[in-house]
Amino acid sequence: MLSINNLHARVEDKPILKGVTLDVPAGEVHAIMGPNGAGKSTLSYVLSGRGGYEVTEGSAALNGDDLLALEPNERAAKGLFLSFQYPLEIPGVPALTFIRTALNAQRRARGEDEIAAPAFLKLAKEKAAALKIDFDMLKRGLNVGFSGGEKKRMEIFQMSMLSPKFLILDETDSGLDIDALKIVSEGVNALRSPERGMLVITHYQRLLDYIKPDKVHVLAAGRIVASGGPELALQLEAEGYDRYVGVAA
Amino acid sequence: MTLSTALKTGDLTALPSRRDEDWRWTDLRGLLRTLPPAAPAHDGKIPASPFAGLAETETLFVNGRRVADAEAASGVVALRFVALADKASQGASHSLVVKAGETLVLLESHEGRASGYVSDVLLDIAVGEGAFVERIVLVEDDAEAVNVVTAEVVLAPGARYAQTVLTGGARRQRIETRVNHPGAHAQVRLDGVYLLDGQRHADQTTVVTHAGVDGITSQLTKGMAADQARGVFQGRIVVAQGADQTDARMGHHALILSDKAEIDAKPELLIFADDVSCAHGNTIGALDENALFYAEQRGIPEVEAKAMLTEAFVGEVVDRIEHEGAREIAAAWVAHKLGGVR
Repeated sequence: MLSINNLHARVEDKPILKGVTLDVPAGEVHAIMGPNGAGKSTLSYVLSGRGGYEVTEGSAALNGDDLLALEPNERAAKGLFLSFQYPLEIPGVPALTFIRTALNAQRRARGEDEIAAPAFLKLAKEKAAALKIDFDMLKRGLNVGFSGGEKKRMEIFQMSMLSPKFLILDETDSGLDIDALKIVSEGVNALRSPERGMLVITHYQRLLDYIKPDKVHVLAAGRIVASGGPELALQLEAEGYDRYVGVAA
Repeated sequence: MTLSTALKTGDLTALPSRRDEDWRWTDLRGLLRTLPPAAPAHDGKIPASPFAGLAETETLFVNGRRVADAEAASGVVALRFVALADKASQGASHSLVVKAGETLVLLESHEGRASGYVSDVLLDIAVGEGAFVERIVLVEDDAEAVNVVTAEVVLAPGARYAQTVLTGGARRQRIETRVNHPGAHAQVRLDGVYLLDGQRHADQTTVVTHAGVDGITSQLTKGMAADQARGVFQGRIVVAQGADQTDARMGHHALILSDKAEIDAKPELLIFADDVSCAHGNTIGALDENALFYAEQRGIPEVEAKAMLTEAFVGEVVDRIEHEGAREIAAAWVAHKLGGVR
């Protein structure tokens, strides 16, 4: 599924990723934990194709497709979805319009027919009901005036509408209280399937109580410095990142 | 110093130039080395109005000549200025009187269906006591055209005047509105949208003069300039001595989508009264890179994402159009102009 090999990337002249190697097979959820400044967000942006990052070495592929050669929207059409730490507010573009535009652009890119308006609305109503989202909220400007929890729920709604093959959750727990965290985690867990892979990026172990990973990796100073099972996250919670910061330096 | 005078007299020195402070960004004398010949009468078919089906009556100018007539200055009226002669000049003037208590929806279209013409239109609009006029001006000029549209609006006490100009620019274009505001519970809304690409230029100039107490003016213009286009906004609100309790707000906000595009803005509040509430805001910036990446990451190609965000940006102005049919046509015009896939 997602295969990252010796990935190096920099922002302007500053190297951030210094040889990340990682495989996430279909059906598995991997967590990436690490201290601030380790390169966690950089990794998610480089994989999704944000401007301003230069890949200097290495590769990243999704189901054999070279991600680094594609535009961000082409990566999305291949099934890559990045859930933002701070989802954007887009005034004047209703959530439904935004999602329908995205879905149809992805379908066109894959050579599929666009979804017709009635079928789209039916799907949106089903998914919104499942996530307990008030349908009228979807007619308002995307995320405008929403709380942190509502914005994350809207991210989950978009995932369930776009049905991506691979999810990257970037610090999804930030800004969420415990109730919102539960709701968002349930939404993510409902999307776990044998065909879908996930990369959960987080600073804290707390999120992993709700989204149980198959594997945990520690990213420090631009490299994966340790990998293990879920117990590694608990160990990090108890001991902190100090020993890994030492290893990487 | 007007294009109108130059067209009537053939005197090029009558053209406004860079040396006139109010025309420094819309230089006509430097552009027009000769005046094209007057446009001939047109005796062929006339294409349908962009507001087809909405108006009850229509006043039609083709090549500057009035060819169809309507007396009623109430109800829904189409006012069309159609240019059908290439490289010709045309001048037209027209007056509208809206009687006390009447309502007029004026659907005004400037339809450039020829190339390289020079056009000048003068409008006088008098709005009677308690009357309401909504003027929607859709300007679709040829890329090589020069077009100046000047409207002089006089309001009686308690009148309401609302205007929205939508333009895609021309080689050189100026849409000017001058409003004589009596105060006296009269209300003015003056809005504009400009969407410019290539080497197009559009100048939206407004002058509102508040002469008496208790008047309201609300202005919102939003625009976008891409490629090497140039947008000009000049908004002046004058509050005369004694025009107390005037409430005037002016906003101009523009997106600049290329390094070679230019936006020139001059908001002016000239206040000679003591007890007034006046404000203006002016911003010029690029599209939000974060919002753009967010849309792209969800699968929307860059060009389409830019169109979507620009459409949402100017949508705030379109939403203020009160006549539903005209609002829908304006929204569709914006979408078409931006090439957005809906």
